Amino acid sequence: MRYLPLTDDDRKAMLDVIGAKSVDDFYADVPESARLGGKVAGLPDHQGELAVERHLSKLAAKNRSASSGPFFVGCGAYKHHIPASVDMVIQRSEFLTTYTPYQPEIAQGTLQSLFEFQTQVAALTAMDVANASMYDGSTACAEAAVMACRVTRRKKVVLSGGLHPHYAAATKLLCEAQGLDVVHLAVAVDGEMALADAVDEETACVIGQSPNIFGTVTDMSGVADAAHGKGALFVSVFTEAVALGLVTPPGEMGADIAVGEGQSIGVPLGFGGPYVGLFACTEKLVRQMPGRLCGETVDADGKRGFVLTLSTREQHIRRDKATSNICTNSGLCALAFTAHMTLLGDKGLRGLALLNHEAACDLADALEAVPGVEILTPRFFNEFAFRTPMNAEAVLAMLDEAGIVGGVRASRLFPGEHMGDVIVCAATECTTPEDIEAYAAALKEIV
Amino acid sequence: MTMNTQGRPTAPTSSSVSDIETVSGSRGLLQAEGLIFEIGTAETTGVDLPAPKNRTGRLGGVARKVATGLPGLSEPEMVRHYMRLSQRNYAIDLGFFPLGSCTMKHNPRLNEKMARLAGFGDIHPMQPQATVQGALELIDELATWLKTLTNMPFVAMSPKAGAHGELAGMLAIRQALIARGEGETRKRVLVPASAHGTNPATAVQCGFIVDEIKANARGRVDMDMLREKLKHTDDVAGIMLTNPNTCGLFETDIKEIADLIHAAGGYFYCDGANFNAIVGRVRPGDLGVDAMHINLHKTFSTPHGGGGPGSGPTVLSAALAPYAPVPFVVKNGDGVFSLVEDVDGEASESFGRMVAFHGQMGMFVRALAYILSHGADGLKQVAEDAVLNANYIAAKLKHVMTPAFEGYCMHEALFSDAFTADGIETLDIAKALIDEGYHPMTMYFPLVVHGAMLIEPTETESKATLDQFCASLESIARRAAQGDETLKGAPYLAPMRRLDETRAARKPVLKWTAPAADTVAAE
Repeated sequence: MRYLPLTDDDRKAMLDVIGAKSVDDFYADVPESARLGGKVAGLPDHQGELAVERHLSKLAAKNRSASSGPFFVGCGAYKHHIPASVDMVIQRSEFLTTYTPYQPEIAQGTLQSLFEFQTQVAALTAMDVANASMYDGSTACAEAAVMACRVTRRKKVVLSGGLHPHYAAATKLLCEAQGLDVVHLAVAVDGEMALADAVDEETACVIGQSPNIFGTVTDMSGVADAAHGKGALFVSVFTEAVALGLVTPPGEMGADIAVGEGQSIGVPLGFGGPYVGLFACTEKLVRQMPGRLCGETVDADGKRGFVLTLSTREQHIRRDKATSNICTNSGLCALAFTAHMTLLGDKGLRGLALLNHEAACDLADALEAVPGVEILTPRFFNEFAFRTPMNAEAVLAMLDEAGIVGGVRASRLFPGEHMGDVIVCAATECTTPEDIEAYAAALKEIV
Repeated sequence: MTMNTQGRPTAPTSSSVSDIETVSGSRGLLQAEGLIFEIGTAETTGVDLPAPKNRTGRLGGVARKVATGLPGLSEPEMVRHYMRLSQRNYAIDLGFFPLGSCTMKHNPRLNEKMARLAGFGDIHPMQPQATVQGALELIDELATWLKTLTNMPFVAMSPKAGAHGELAGMLAIRQALIARGEGETRKRVLVPASAHGTNPATAVQCGFIVDEIKANARGRVDMDMLREKLKHTDDVAGIMLTNPNTCGLFETDIKEIADLIHAAGGYFYCDGANFNAIVGRVRPGDLGVDAMHINLHKTFSTPHGGGGPGSGPTVLSAALAPYAPVPFVVKNGDGVFSLVEDVDGEASESFGRMVAFHGQMGMFVRALAYILSHGADGLKQVAEDAVLNANYIAAKLKHVMTPAFEGYCMHEALFSDAFTADGIETLDIAKALIDEGYHPMTMYFPLVVHGAMLIEPTETESKATLDQFCASLESIARRAAQGDETLKGAPYLAPMRRLDETRAARKPVLKWTAPAADTVAAE
């Protein structure tokens, strides 16, 4: 038991100091019927590091990693290269093994990096302020919807048909639990602008996504204008943060709240989590924001420092009147985002975004040349939907046999929407010309 | 003066200077460091990217107008920047971190290594399930451990953190009530005054109304008040109770509480934040619990990461299991694992989806590595050592500090500020601990104890560490009892002195902004 420093002699000496006969004395309040004779039955005993490593490595070996061959899956999580120095920073004990900076005198490392994170997210989204992160993009989206209802004192939330279906589900769930009404517009590849017609005097907010689940990029300024005209807020969602280096960011479209997934910058795919939710808004909404906020101040000697602030919004102070029940954020993933963003800088971000876009354009050209394939996404960044002449599930299975992970079938995203012949695929800076060639050649064979 | 053959002094000479101002602002190993916005430029980048082809794009004109202006740093500068910042953080790997209710235990490095295997770290949540069978098997294996350790039939794995797990449990209760046709009538949730703030906040997020119950003189639920509150039962949705509770005590009447709430037609949500005290020794399913979240970052050692990411799998009783959120993993007859992702078929009664994808996989790997390392025997020892360490601290300090309640504690020792002289605060004691080289305990929580000091040592601390800590805290406590005013200025030896939180909240500065041009010119 290599993680337990106490020896049997220690334990005995400590019990003597306490004046207890055995540790059983401490569990005297446990009801008789719930006392176990010994350890929990049906589970194996402890193992050495080597045995644990062998077992887990065996499980890991059963999975096909995104780097092991041509890989084109997106839909809210993206295969990007992470510089080695980023992972090194987040493995520093001082960041990895500390907690929420409740004692700012000995947590300036975490606090200053959060302040940098907030500034970066605000600049990336072109918004006034950002918080210190949320669990992920989908929960950030749900929190944005209930925040908009709080701000406007209205009860109707309108979701676009291009919103990531998981984001829509998480948002519907939280809204409906609070007695709020959710209107979900018909699923559409290029339907974000329909939000402009759906907004009325009862609407708290309209939620649109660019790039959306089918990869479509849209300047939603018209949606923002329509929403504001009716006294509603416009929530702008993104799942691919790298896109904001190239495409119109939420702030340039007049968004009141911008939420998205930050995984693409610094955080590995990791089968869906942990990720880092980005949450930004306009200056005047800041006191209605959920989540932790880090702010600048000075110490007793007048030196600049940082603290958690505006905590009167939060559950540990406001309890049942808090803006959200959120407690932790996604601190270490936020640090990964910040370290990677700091390596990129504006120049690197724009370069990276352009590489992604060009890879996706090359992919679209190659797939479009396959007879029977039709690209459905009219404007895109690094992801698009296409129609195959066959069932998408069968196509993906055959691609899989050729060692290619070809994307996500739309029927998995939208069961019951009769999109059985649609595949959504993404390309990034990790996609090589050979990957694209292999994909197009295999697809040609199949269809 | 002692000198070597080159004439270099080899022994220190006495000096009268005690406080030195440096030109750099650095102080020896503690390097001065500005914000990245003050160091980097938008034209600098620390990555080498291939040149773009400048081919025709397909953005359709939806292009960013104003650049982010974000500064970049070269790799050596970026690494040095964050290394310098790291030196301003306290951390478990550096010292004792007895932050009550947070379970700051050692984070094994094996966990980190395993989570970074390409087969776990580099797989996509939406790639075909046939290509991620090992990942689904791992989730199933961890789920089996969690269900067996708690003696509960089902576990929802997708919640992203403890508070998110609370949400999962309370939404399951809400859905069960709706299925009974009582969703509109049963809205009242009983919550003890000592509860974590997340409990009442979560209940409200699910559309419930919070009804507070007080603690008795022994720090447990006041049973008379509970019975009183349950006189009218037709509006009761359930109770949210932490066990062991936030005072670090096992709820003596927990079975009766469960029976009373069930008899009233409600459900029992147990906040599992303090599971570390009983893991491997007591199974919450044997106590009548209907739902309980498990903070993998507390009991199962996944790193706290400066405030997340956490992970909050939530075990559910047979009564609530049908309403569990999607997705979940099932093992089919042929040994193939699959994900149930839609509210349909076997998940037709599910309350829905809480989050994108399938949960905190990175944390699942770490938690399973920890669990396998300990096994059933080791986990029992974990709970016992955690409780022994806390009682040892309580015993060593009870003569100089005021124990909040009589009797043995579970995994954390709770003191009130009654022993301090007028004018000396819990905050002063906490800050003085910083000067002694420790992370302070949790302060002013739970709210039911005046000036609360909640000390949770965990099982991964040695007796020698506890002895040193107790010696430090005992000395500070004596100074506090004597009214030593110098405590008010602590910390003196930390990277920063006390920070002005009032100023931060009054005029919030939440991001860096470039100084105005004329200020720059004047400098």
